[in-house]
Amino acid sequence: MTAPALQLADVSCTFADKHNPSQRYTAVRDVNLTVGAGEFVSVVGPTGCGKSTLLNVAAGLLAPSTGQVTVFGQPLTGINARAGYMFQAESLMPWRTAAQNVMAGLEFRGVLDAGAQADTWLKRVGLGGFGDRYPHQLSGGMRKRVSLAQTLVLDPDIILMDEPFSALDIQTRQLMENEVLALWAEKKKAVLFITHDLDEAIAMSDRVVCLSAGPASHPIGEFAIDLVRPRDVAEVRATPRFVELHQAIWGVLREEVLKGYQQQLAA
Amino acid sequence: MSGMWTFIKPSTRNLRVWQVGLLVLIFVFWHLATTPGLIPPIVFENDQQAAFFFGEPLKVFGRIWAWFFTNADIYQHLWVTLLETVLAFGIGTVLGLACGLWLALSPLAAAIADPYIKAANSMPRVILAPIFAVWFGLGIASKVALGVTLVFFIVFFNVYQGVKEVSPVVLANARMLGASQRQLLRHVYLPSATSWVFSSLHTSVGLAFVGAVVGEYLGSSRGVGYLILQAEGAFDINTVMAGILVLTVFALMLDAAVGKIEARLMKWQPSTAQSERL
Repeated sequence: MTAPALQLADVSCTFADKHNPSQRYTAVRDVNLTVGAGEFVSVVGPTGCGKSTLLNVAAGLLAPSTGQVTVFGQPLTGINARAGYMFQAESLMPWRTAAQNVMAGLEFRGVLDAGAQADTWLKRVGLGGFGDRYPHQLSGGMRKRVSLAQTLVLDPDIILMDEPFSALDIQTRQLMENEVLALWAEKKKAVLFITHDLDEAIAMSDRVVCLSAGPASHPIGEFAIDLVRPRDVAEVRATPRFVELHQAIWGVLREEVLKGYQQQLAA
Repeated sequence: MSGMWTFIKPSTRNLRVWQVGLLVLIFVFWHLATTPGLIPPIVFENDQQAAFFFGEPLKVFGRIWAWFFTNADIYQHLWVTLLETVLAFGIGTVLGLACGLWLALSPLAAAIADPYIKAANSMPRVILAPIFAVWFGLGIASKVALGVTLVFFIVFFNVYQGVKEVSPVVLANARMLGASQRQLLRHVYLPSATSWVFSSLHTSVGLAFVGAVVGEYLGSSRGVGYLILQAEGAFDINTVMAGILVLTVFALMLDAAVGKIEARLMKWQPSTAQSERL
């Protein structure tokens, strides 16, 4: 059996308070998470449960306090070079045009036909005529498409996505979700997708992992999503199997969401 | 009558007319108040004194006319002042950029240098002019050195701030895209820092100009500041005024040129005035 694309083993992350080093905050504790090659895994959980922390660990941007990360069987040190990361916040370089942003990664690697590849990808995400626009001249949805092209042009084996569409309106969002699914179906990369939206998680994934409320959150449930592919994220929501899965997962998640909400109120 | 008033009433339409009108008004007042014998002296003891202290606009313009057209001898002085300004600006910017990047990226060096930078910045640096005159002589080098000390800190602090305020997400994204440390500097820190340099461009060009003129004024053999110094020595207030007017117009032109360059180089930045030109 081949090694999984990404494996987090007993990962814990503890942060010391900047102003008061004796105060510690454990974001995630003893997390075991595996993403197989070509598998689309979503992680859902209440707000502030350390979902982004997990993704940063997988990306190599954050070293876990304890535990180990392996990428295709190799222990991870430093930046995860086989992963592409789509951030939740604006991550495009504002001083580069859309095309220059897409080709940035290729340029860093010294690829010669970076410009041509960037053009191809811009067309693929539906921004063929927008290559010379600066990010501030594009709408939020367009910027997300540029981010998507920027990540995918490097052809990473693992794609990490941190609530990439949370800032978009529902129509744009469903369009983008379908586009991502179509692109994923072409190449079958391993995807670790973070979201707080259970509908989105079920509609897109092979597997959904639920995290408990923070601090020290950890996986509390795992559900295989056996909906047939290819899926349309809008239509799949109406199928009986989707509703069934939604109820089962929500049953596990509900209590944690309430707990997380109570904690935020108390804080 | 009321139709006449709506026509001349200040509004955004006739803004220029009013601006020019105000300028003319000031010069007319100046002329009336200083020309000997035109109106009886009110403040001064005799009618020559106002002209002695404030100059006479007609003579001032005559002086400027002679500088630019009859004698055409101001160009070499303007050229020297311009050269000093440009050199001071260029060198100060490069030094400020380099030091700002270095200190912002190495917190330990910044912590050590911090009190010295604060001290150097709060020192009234114009007072260094005599030292520079001793070190670099009365030529343009001492003026450039003075201008550099003024420009350096503006650029330095802006670059330092600019690097500190690079969006952590943009930075993390560039790292995930495979940027090496050197590429991060070249493609993330530097563009971010330059945007801050450009935001302070008007101030730093202005200060480079101040450094050049003050340097000339304190001791030199050429430059517009030198002309003013010479005239002052001879109590020739008309030439001093003419020099000030020339410097002012020159500074305005410099500022306009900076605005043009800025608009060209900073087109990636959203401006509030410009709507999205899609």
